[in-house]
Amino acid sequence: MAAAPRGSAWRAVLRTPLGATAGALLLAVLVLAVAAPLLWSGRAGALDTAHILQGPSAAHWVGTDNLGRDIFYRVLVATRLSVELALGATAIGVVTGLLLGTAPVLFGARVGRLVGAAVNIAVAFPGLLLALFFAVIFGVGRTGALLAIGLAVAPGFARLTQTLTARVSGLDFVAAARIAGVGRPRLLVRHVLPNIGEPLVVNATIAAGNSLLAFAGLSFLGLGVQAPDYDWGRLLGEGLNSIYIHPTAALAPGVAVIVAGLAFNLLGESIAKAIGPGAGRPAGRPPRAAAAPGTATVADDATLLAVESLRVSFPGPVTPVRGVSFTMRHGEGVGIVGESGSGKSLTALALAQLVQEPGVVHAERLEFLGTDLTAGTGRAQRRLLGTSLAVVFQDPMTSFNPTMRVGRQLAEVAREHQGMGRRQSLARAVDRLRAVRVPAARRRAGQFPHEFSGGMRQRAMIGMGLMGTPALIIADEPTTALDVTVQRQVLRLLADIRAADQVALLLISHDITVVRQVCDRVLVMYAGRIVEELSTDDLQAGARHPYTRALLAAVPDMATDRDRPLAVIPGRPPDPARPAPGCAFAPRCRFADEQCTHAEPPLALDSAGRLVACWHTDRVAADPADERAGSDQRAASDERRAAAGRPAADEQEVSVGELP
Amino acid sequence: MSELRFEDVTVRFGHRRHALTAVDRVDLTVPDGSVVGLVGESGSGKSTLARTAVGLNRVSGGRVLLDGRPLRPVRGGERRPLQLVFQDPYSSLDPRMTVGSTVAEAVPRGVRGVSRRGEVARLLELVDLPADLVDRYPAELSGGQRQRVALARALAGRPEVLIADEITSALDVSIQGTVLNLVSDLHRRLNLSMLFISHNLAVVRYVSDYIAVMYLGRIVEFGATDELLADPQHPYTRELLAAAPQPGAAALGPEEEDAAPRAVSDAEPADPHRPPTGCRFHPRCPVGPLVLADREVCRTDEPAAALHRHGAACHFAAPAARPQPVA
Amino acid sequence: MTTATADSRRIAGIAQNAWLRFALRRLGRLLISLWVLVTAAFLMIHLIPGDPVRAALGSTAPLDLVNARRKMLGLDDPLWQQYLHYLHNLFAGDLGTSITSGLPVSQLVGDRLPATLELAGLAFLLAVLVCVPLGLTMGVLTRGGRRRPAELAFTSTSIVLAAVPDFLVGVALVYLFGVQLAWAPVAGRGGAGSYILPVVSLALGPAVVLARIVRVETLAVLQADYLRTARAKRLPDRLIYLRHALPNALTATITLGGLLLGGLVAGTVLVENVFAWPGLGSTIVQSILAKDYPVVQGVVLVYGVGVLLINLLVDVALALLDPRSTIRES
Repeated sequence: MAAAPRGSAWRAVLRTPLGATAGALLLAVLVLAVAAPLLWSGRAGALDTAHILQGPSAAHWVGTDNLGRDIFYRVLVATRLSVELALGATAIGVVTGLLLGTAPVLFGARVGRLVGAAVNIAVAFPGLLLALFFAVIFGVGRTGALLAIGLAVAPGFARLTQTLTARVSGLDFVAAARIAGVGRPRLLVRHVLPNIGEPLVVNATIAAGNSLLAFAGLSFLGLGVQAPDYDWGRLLGEGLNSIYIHPTAALAPGVAVIVAGLAFNLLGESIAKAIGPGAGRPAGRPPRAAAAPGTATVADDATLLAVESLRVSFPGPVTPVRGVSFTMRHGEGVGIVGESGSGKSLTALALAQLVQEPGVVHAERLEFLGTDLTAGTGRAQRRLLGTSLAVVFQDPMTSFNPTMRVGRQLAEVAREHQGMGRRQSLARAVDRLRAVRVPAARRRAGQFPHEFSGGMRQRAMIGMGLMGTPALIIADEPTTALDVTVQRQVLRLLADIRAADQVALLLISHDITVVRQVCDRVLVMYAGRIVEELSTDDLQAGARHPYTRALLAAVPDMATDRDRPLAVIPGRPPDPARPAPGCAFAPRCRFADEQCTHAEPPLALDSAGRLVACWHTDRVAADPADERAGSDQRAASDERRAAAGRPAADEQEVSVGELP
Repeated sequence: MSELRFEDVTVRFGHRRHALTAVDRVDLTVPDGSVVGLVGESGSGKSTLARTAVGLNRVSGGRVLLDGRPLRPVRGGERRPLQLVFQDPYSSLDPRMTVGSTVAEAVPRGVRGVSRRGEVARLLELVDLPADLVDRYPAELSGGQRQRVALARALAGRPEVLIADEITSALDVSIQGTVLNLVSDLHRRLNLSMLFISHNLAVVRYVSDYIAVMYLGRIVEFGATDELLADPQHPYTRELLAAAPQPGAAALGPEEEDAAPRAVSDAEPADPHRPPTGCRFHPRCPVGPLVLADREVCRTDEPAAALHRHGAACHFAAPAARPQPVA
Repeated sequence: MTTATADSRRIAGIAQNAWLRFALRRLGRLLISLWVLVTAAFLMIHLIPGDPVRAALGSTAPLDLVNARRKMLGLDDPLWQQYLHYLHNLFAGDLGTSITSGLPVSQLVGDRLPATLELAGLAFLLAVLVCVPLGLTMGVLTRGGRRRPAELAFTSTSIVLAAVPDFLVGVALVYLFGVQLAWAPVAGRGGAGSYILPVVSLALGPAVVLARIVRVETLAVLQADYLRTARAKRLPDRLIYLRHALPNALTATITLGGLLLGGLVAGTVLVENVFAWPGLGSTIVQSILAKDYPVVQGVVLVYGVGVLLINLLVDVALALLDPRSTIRES
């Protein structure tokens, strides 16, 4: 059972065309290595002094060498020695490298550092140089070359093992095992090695290929295998001497070397591809899915942004955003709230026209400041978006170019879209930094992003958006990566900008309390659609959608009753790749019934004039139970069992006991 | 009796000029059977404190005591009566080991074979996971389920004290509740002492009997939950409270009249490599020397926490009713 | 205004400090590596089992000659004395004397080094000039899974070409252009024409590997968050690729390029033998076969120093390009 994932991975490798070819090739080489000497060593050694140094003929397909021996069979028989030596050298290199690389784990930090320093020095020298060095010490010949190449492979392998081991050792599960009392050797064997195995195998395979080539090189030079033994390298060397009269004598072993080396390398590559990222989904065309029913958006002169039936899909087909429609007015603050998988971030990116291939954005209507954004990206549209739309991303650490000074990154906007010169644009950048309250703005403008703190970087990013005169700021989780006190500063800054310049704000967050502080209106997203739209004031008491209510109840705040279990939303958000018919929230909803699992409710005005996507808003609104309270019993397990025993529905995605 | 006590604990990384004092002379007690919530932001040293308690870091000064007995640094093969549950559910479980093996590995050595399997089943049931998860791999589980496996693993060692380091920060809001309910439940049922670390004051309040506030390596306030939140003594605690989610909170208006003056409102969090002199919080303090000119003492002298209520490390906090033994 | 100047002066002071610290640290590392190299070269002879002089002169050489040579080489002294002697000679520029020919090694090296340098230098230039633009362009063209056929063709060609070692390329080129077509000279170092084939054989493998790496790095950079920011600023494509993507892709490329250059230096050993090029590469092989250890020692030293210098250059280039590395390390 424990081998299951590994086994299937290997099989997956062999299923790709690359892997299959490489595997077959390698198999042929290995079979030849074993079988050829048994079958043909006689013919390979047979002298034919009548036909010395002859070209290809019927009797000798590739010709003969200077003693009349058939080169074709010599090449075939040499397979064994060449492959053996290559594998032997690889084995020596890999084992030595592994021991050296895992030294920090095995022997402690101090020894590890010493070994690491030695490896670092050795790694600086190219393999061939090290091989020559060791060849001098161990002497010319088969054994010497074997040790030489093996020890030359070791430092590279040690360095790789070192890096991988260090990375894995820093992960929490290794620390947890240490705390649980697991000893060092077991830690290494059970936790570290299996997790670094795959890249090591890839590198070992490629190292085998390289050893083969290195051996061929050494023997070619005369430093490797000595007469009367012969491997491909030696044959190559002999062949080179007569290349003018008898070229095939050199080319034949050359081809053999290339084929065998290629077999190893290709196998390594295919394994790398199979285990690496993007072991892809089957490529499919994004579907023309039926748009989820949306509201007809009414636009008037005060409309800043109008979106209708926005859809984002990826090959698979996966449609993480399934029909989003809403409008925004000038100066308005709108928040989009949802959990992971709701599609809120993608919605923001799609609105900002930042979704790239292979994602496909489709909208029946997407207008910003009166301009149709779906009409293609001309220079005019670029200028419009560059100056009137500001985007603030989640992670300020990675959202700035690490090799460019901050001031220059801000100034770029002005230089490109506002026609300012270098000095003028830099001055504006400093001014904007001051506007977002970055202290010592002029000095800071000359610094690099890594010299800023997280909150300051985020403010600089906002400043970058203020280089033009934005009418809309789209902020995607702008405070998630920040400390809570810094969060407050950034949110206050956004609120100030809104008030001062009538700038609209579209704030995306998973944290409903953040949205509550800065926005007038909230859009709640679930599984790629908006399920409710309401004003912030109504949030506390007037939410109509079961998900919104559950979400509000589940967030602990400073007044949550400490004696009662926290409200929980059982089940998990649906997988965007496998949408179910009907309402996406039905499997987790207390009020779900047949209608809900068959038909998806549109986002429409309900009887009380609220925009909700639910069939049973009346029932929900009338529900007396305070979601927050849960059951009366103290035992949390009882509460969970009760929550799990929902009204019976045939297609329950959540089995009893399968809690998030 | 399972009381965890940090006595004048200092943890330093690096040497000489590049030394970083992550934890600076911390005194903290987790009374037997209670939950102490440790709240602070990045750079406060709370994670370092947690890792030091379980032996992942060496103490540079002071000592950690469990029931009066000092804890020694972890040596291979030994079990520790203190266990830690980590923040990231995705890196705290070995992706190549089944759930069952992960939990079984943490079961003490004396238990063998069948009884080990039984013990694993018991632990999974304790954290409310179905028994058939034993053969699944972490990749097949959700974040919340993984955290519960991590809890089961921590409980396998029958610890006396459990330390939870930001265990719900990486989970979705709708799932946090499950884990928090579980933690409360376990605390009640097993009478565990717990040190619950989080940056989210609302979560800490929900779970803890006592709250300790940490800033830049020092404990700046400590007290019973309700009391501390009703009457915070330290300006940093007050700031955390202001930033915490209140029910029905009004929207953040533009610069409020009573908001802290410009000088400190956008002050950057201090750099732990170069802590300020005197009171560490003074560059950001809304009632400190940058705002009130006569409070120069904040710049020069470190406050004596023992003299104030809740052990608050502030010169101007209310004096203690009687000298606090500081947590 | 005054605060700005005071600030900038302070920054200059700090920056100087960081650079100074970096320079000192790097130089220290260089010195240690040099010392290890020198000691290894010295020990090389002494680790060989048996009598090196006897091995070089052959088993039939008269005993007097062997003893005289041994005395000349100072092999009778205690080890530490030989080591000090060796270091002393190194500082004076004396690399020893060849056992077989009796000539000073430094003279041999001096005669042969320029040829090898020319070969390696030209090959490196060729590799870089062809492959960095090629890799970049391929990266931009095939980003996000576009143009899969082109990606497949590029990747397979590069894998196949990379699997062919340089001396085999040399042999193939010798056959093709020397034997069949007789377009270019295939042996010795003569006019401009004689450079073509050796340089191409030396450069082909590394060039192809480098192009592939540059492409992969470019792809990675194109996925980065700051590229998304650049696109959000609606900068024209040209600016995005040249100003934001290229400098960051170069960082990793330079590291690997340095390794490649080191490998090129070693590759000269093989290629010189194929083309009978009068450089250090052929010298070292002949010396190893002839067991002329002082020469081997000297050549290994020269090669080693060359590699260390290349690493130094790479580190300096990286520091100039990526400001995080210097400041972070200090």
